[in-house]
Amino acid sequence: MSYVGEKTLTALPSLLSLDSQPGPAKLSSTSKLGNLIRGITELTSKHEEEKLIQRELESIKEQVSSPNTSMRQMKELMVRAIYCESLGYEASFVYIHAIKLAQQGTALEKRVGYLAVSLFLNESHELLLLLVNTVLKDLQSTNLIEVCMALTVVSQIFPKEMIPAILPLVEEKLNHPKEIIRRKAVLALYKFYLIAPNQVQHIHNKFRKALCDKDPGVMTASLHIYLQMIQENPEGYKDLTGSFVNILKQVVGGKLPIDFNYHSVPAPWLQIHLLRILSFLGKNDLRTSELIYEVLDESLRRAEMNRNITYAILYECVKCIYTIHPKSNLLEKAAKCIGNFVLSPDINLKYLGLKALTYVIQQDPKMALQHQMTIIECLDHPDLIIKRETLELLFRITNAQNVVVIVEKMLEFLQNSPDDYTTIDLVGKVAELAEKYAPDNEWFIETMNTVFSLGGDTMQPDIPNSFLKLLSEGFDSVEEDRKLRLFAVDSYVSLLQGETRKLPQCFLQVISWVLGEYSHLSEDHNRSTVLRLLEKLLDMKQTSSETKCWILMAMTKLCEGTAGVCVAQQVSETYISSMDTVLRQRAQELQHLSQDSELREEVLPRDSGLDPMEIDSSLSFLDEFVSGALAAGAAPYKPPHQRQEELAEAKVLSLEPYGLALPISMSSCSITDRHSPTPLSMSSGLSGDSTDVSHRAGLKLDGVQRVWGRDGYLAKKESVEEAAPVQGLTPVHSPSLQNEGDGSHSQTPTPTPTPEPDREKEQLASSLFFGVSSQSSVCLMGKPDSTFNRRRKAKVQAPGVTEQLSSSVAPVSNAVDNLLCNNLQDSNINSVSAASSKQTCELSPRVPAANGTCNTDCGLPESDRKRSNLSISRDNGLVDADSALSEDQGSRSDLCPSSYLPAELCGLYRSEIAPLCTAHSLELSACHVHQGDDMILIIFISNSSDSQVLQIRLDLKSEQLKVTCVSDSSVENIKSHTVAVYQYSLAVKRPGVDVEVDGTLSFLLPAGTPQTKHFSYKLPLTAFIRPLLISTEEYGTMWLGFSHEVKQNLTLVDDGCEPLTFTLNLLKNRLQLHLVEIIGLEGILACRLLQNQPCLMHCRVHAGALAVWLRSPVPELPDCLVYHCQRVLQEK
Amino acid sequence: MIKAILIFNNHGKPRLIRFYQYFTEEMQQQIIRETFHLVSKRDDNVCNFLEGGSLIGGSDYKLIYRHYATLYFVFCVDSSESELGSLGLIQVFVETLDKCFENVCELDLIFHMDKVHYILQEVVMGGMVLETNMNEIVAQVEVQNRMEKSEGGLSAAPARAVSAVKNMNLPEIPRNINIGDINIKVPSLSPF
Repeated sequence: MSYVGEKTLTALPSLLSLDSQPGPAKLSSTSKLGNLIRGITELTSKHEEEKLIQRELESIKEQVSSPNTSMRQMKELMVRAIYCESLGYEASFVYIHAIKLAQQGTALEKRVGYLAVSLFLNESHELLLLLVNTVLKDLQSTNLIEVCMALTVVSQIFPKEMIPAILPLVEEKLNHPKEIIRRKAVLALYKFYLIAPNQVQHIHNKFRKALCDKDPGVMTASLHIYLQMIQENPEGYKDLTGSFVNILKQVVGGKLPIDFNYHSVPAPWLQIHLLRILSFLGKNDLRTSELIYEVLDESLRRAEMNRNITYAILYECVKCIYTIHPKSNLLEKAAKCIGNFVLSPDINLKYLGLKALTYVIQQDPKMALQHQMTIIECLDHPDLIIKRETLELLFRITNAQNVVVIVEKMLEFLQNSPDDYTTIDLVGKVAELAEKYAPDNEWFIETMNTVFSLGGDTMQPDIPNSFLKLLSEGFDSVEEDRKLRLFAVDSYVSLLQGETRKLPQCFLQVISWVLGEYSHLSEDHNRSTVLRLLEKLLDMKQTSSETKCWILMAMTKLCEGTAGVCVAQQVSETYISSMDTVLRQRAQELQHLSQDSELREEVLPRDSGLDPMEIDSSLSFLDEFVSGALAAGAAPYKPPHQRQEELAEAKVLSLEPYGLALPISMSSCSITDRHSPTPLSMSSGLSGDSTDVSHRAGLKLDGVQRVWGRDGYLAKKESVEEAAPVQGLTPVHSPSLQNEGDGSHSQTPTPTPTPEPDREKEQLASSLFFGVSSQSSVCLMGKPDSTFNRRRKAKVQAPGVTEQLSSSVAPVSNAVDNLLCNNLQDSNINSVSAASSKQTCELSPRVPAANGTCNTDCGLPESDRKRSNLSISRDNGLVDADSALSEDQGSRSDLCPSSYLPAELCGLYRSEIAPLCTAHSLELSACHVHQGDDMILIIFISNSSDSQVLQIRLDLKSEQLKVTCVSDSSVENIKSHTVAVYQYSLAVKRPGVDVEVDGTLSFLLPAGTPQTKHFSYKLPLTAFIRPLLISTEEYGTMWLGFSHEVKQNLTLVDDGCEPLTFTLNLLKNRLQLHLVEIIGLEGILACRLLQNQPCLMHCRVHAGALAVWLRSPVPELPDCLVYHCQRVLQEK
Repeated sequence: MIKAILIFNNHGKPRLIRFYQYFTEEMQQQIIRETFHLVSKRDDNVCNFLEGGSLIGGSDYKLIYRHYATLYFVFCVDSSESELGSLGLIQVFVETLDKCFENVCELDLIFHMDKVHYILQEVVMGGMVLETNMNEIVAQVEVQNRMEKSEGGLSAAPARAVSAVKNMNLPEIPRNINIGDINIKVPSLSPF
């Protein structure tokens, strides 16, 4: 291929010289571009190309700025400039000329101008403002082509702020007699919707008109908008389902003009669009889905021709069938379709088949079994993309039995992975699987070693973080923890003794931390060996200074005895004068701590467990220093927000007194483990994963009184294991205990894991689909497979079975909950409110699946069989108990939160108390209260169970709001049948139409099981709007000072006599604005966003509408406020 | 939505670059380079979809490409576009080019970069598919070309020059883009 390309290009110069000969003067323009192209093809190096293009640009620059250049020449120059830009050379000097060309040229020159503008500039480029007038003029032009060009450029790039200026004209075009114009106008409006949704809010009914347009082309264009809007809010468009189904029926039935056919398929792209829309509408909605079934069936039936594009339609059908409420005969057909895709010799179809399979497999694992041979073939496919997709599929069906094989396949792929992106993605998956399903310590550590060395420094930072957390936090079994850590230490020491040059920095950091922390566990390696190894690492050229810090910290922990101190001295001397401050700090620490072993013991105590450190959050030990400094004349400290407010005050001359600056309560901050090395824990905190932080606190089991004996203890572990994937967190897994999931299920009294027999392992390794098959076979029958239970029960030791039955419901039901939750999430299916009977059958397949023992030992004694029955009844019993529990919750919900409202807030205006979430016996609800200039968020947690819930922690987070806790004392435990009240003060950081607070609730059940639950609370921005009491003069001065503005036309509400006064009063009352003055047909209003961010509003009656102009120093505020004004007026 | 449409030749030289989402100039060049790097090392008998260009937005994005003789046509799309649908769209685009340029080849794309852009504008507008009916696209382009013809003069010259080039007898060099499995007879309408 490339040979041909070269030939073509080398032939080019001679061709060009040929063509430039006949027309001497006329062709000068061609040969200029021609010369340029020829010049470039002749070049051999990048450097020469650069020189040539620079020369070219120089000459273009000269010509464009010359006054004698005609528009026609300009057009030709513009094409050359576009050519240069497309090669990656900036030609910013022509931008302004491109705009000029669009402005002044004839239609053709205009076209080049517009093209150049849309290629050169971006939406926020300041020169674009100069284009607005041209676009306005062209939109009004009588020349259709000019209108088309204007619409095209508008949909390509247009400054967001200027949309209101052209919006009426574009809207007008929706009624244009020419369909191409209507179509382009629809797409232009869609573009506006994408970049500024609030501004096109009012034209939703026009979109509906476009949908009903007599020309199918316009209707097709409007589907872009609907697809987007329905994806965002399927509830709002359910009424259109019938219409979409109708359209699809007509299209499929061939009712469209023949023009719309592509390869004799009627409007395939339109069909694809409609199918997508329908799948959004029918998702989790039986009633809507019922409307869709018929047309889906029809589509499947019609799309059986052997064309590529029909496969596209089929694929969409299949996806739709699996997304909407399931219907068995369609599912069957879809499954057949997927089969055809997967088995197709066409590689594109195979890829899509695998993709569909990956999607479907979570709901229906038996699909994987049907195609297992194909999947295994695909694993060895020469195309890496196919291979990767297959691994993705396997990732979804991984369980404790096939994890070893699947991870092996993944690592194999990673060894010759093509690009960073795949590596990062896959490494994350391997780490996740390893943490979730690792069969034993050795495998886990070795797999993680490979992950670290392959993933290198590109991988997600939370992989090493969670790995270290897992090591440091450990599990319930001290012995197990010790073994795991010891194995890690041994493995790292032997790694360091080998070739270390190739190890990635991040792996070295992990190694040094582990060695520093745990090498004392190892008897084989004394400290000085480890120290020497670390020292060797320090001396390596490749070691980055961050890694060096880690190593120094590890050394600080290790330097003991004379030899150690000697090494430490040497090392610290080397780095104490380093340019890197952090490194210098660590070296200092090393030096001092190595000399003072007592201090070291205190700073870095060994085996201190994970006792939380007491943090003096008020920094009271500095009081003396502060008072000394104040006495010496220092200015008192002001927190940042107060400083900002003062700045704002200086700027806006607000007349309002300031709200109290609330002290940030530190009560919720506690550093939970000294083990986490600082840089890492910092980064994990910064990564923004709130669940991570809260969860860590929630899962700290040490020091918690164990209500449960040996049995409950295991149940709890199970629940933790199962809970983690649900919450997207894996670090708590006990790799060593994972394979013994059956142990915890059947509540084996012995906590120590028994290694699986080798025979079983081999059997597991022999098939990737082992666990899947067992899972699905049960799933199919809808009742527990007897062989399974027999096998499982064979492992249960006789005593305790009956005891377990009587054991309290809470922790076990907990496990059941989690299982269900997991299951539901896995299957992604819609029946959240499934009946408990259904839950039972969903649950039961998982129980044996977690067993890890699936070989069929048939000849079991009778007694075992009995136990098996017992166990089934136990399972059922649990579910019943669980549902009973929830009923119980229902009946107790009379713990009315409103009566718990703090007394000082009682008389104030507040919102309805809205339920947030329920977690076991806890019910969360919230409301917001307007307390003068403060917005208080109150969260009620009511405990409706009979037992106390311990260690409640509530963490609130918001990107848009500043959340400050104002509760006097944070409530830790909630007694039975009481309500705890939390108060938070909210302030807006970044305004939005609605602002949201995300929260995490973590608590311990009586059984000691940690739980977390996420919730969110949304409140409109208007809750933070207060009137700003100013006079007209003050308004005048402020108006000029504000830079951010929005203009929009709103509907004028007419009450008969004084529409302006009526409308403004309506706005004033609903949105809490201050009506400054009304003069004739104009009115001004002012408000402020708490605490002190003003927004001014200027209204004028113009042509029966209310022209509103808002200004504020806050960028987002005017836009959001316009939205709310619009809503108020529309509701009216 | 379509995020970008890139056409480059077997050597990675860009022939048409159209971004529907803003990237800085360097970023654009990096995307072109990386995309070429990803696409060029794939055989002709593997699938036409690529995932995980880490540059344009990560896992939600796909590269869908076709290789015609000396040129790669790459559409970078997000998850709201159908894979096979986009592949079909590339075909529509190329067939349209073929109709407008009469046996389109790489030279046409070099010398008529602006025209190729205009044709593309009729197929995809602001990242959204506007028209997939070839005749309609050709008709729209023709309307514009007629306008060009009436202005005549200089602007018609380059077209004539290139068609002269094309009509020259050049053995051994297959200049036509091989358009896969189409069996539609391309009518010989002169665009100029």
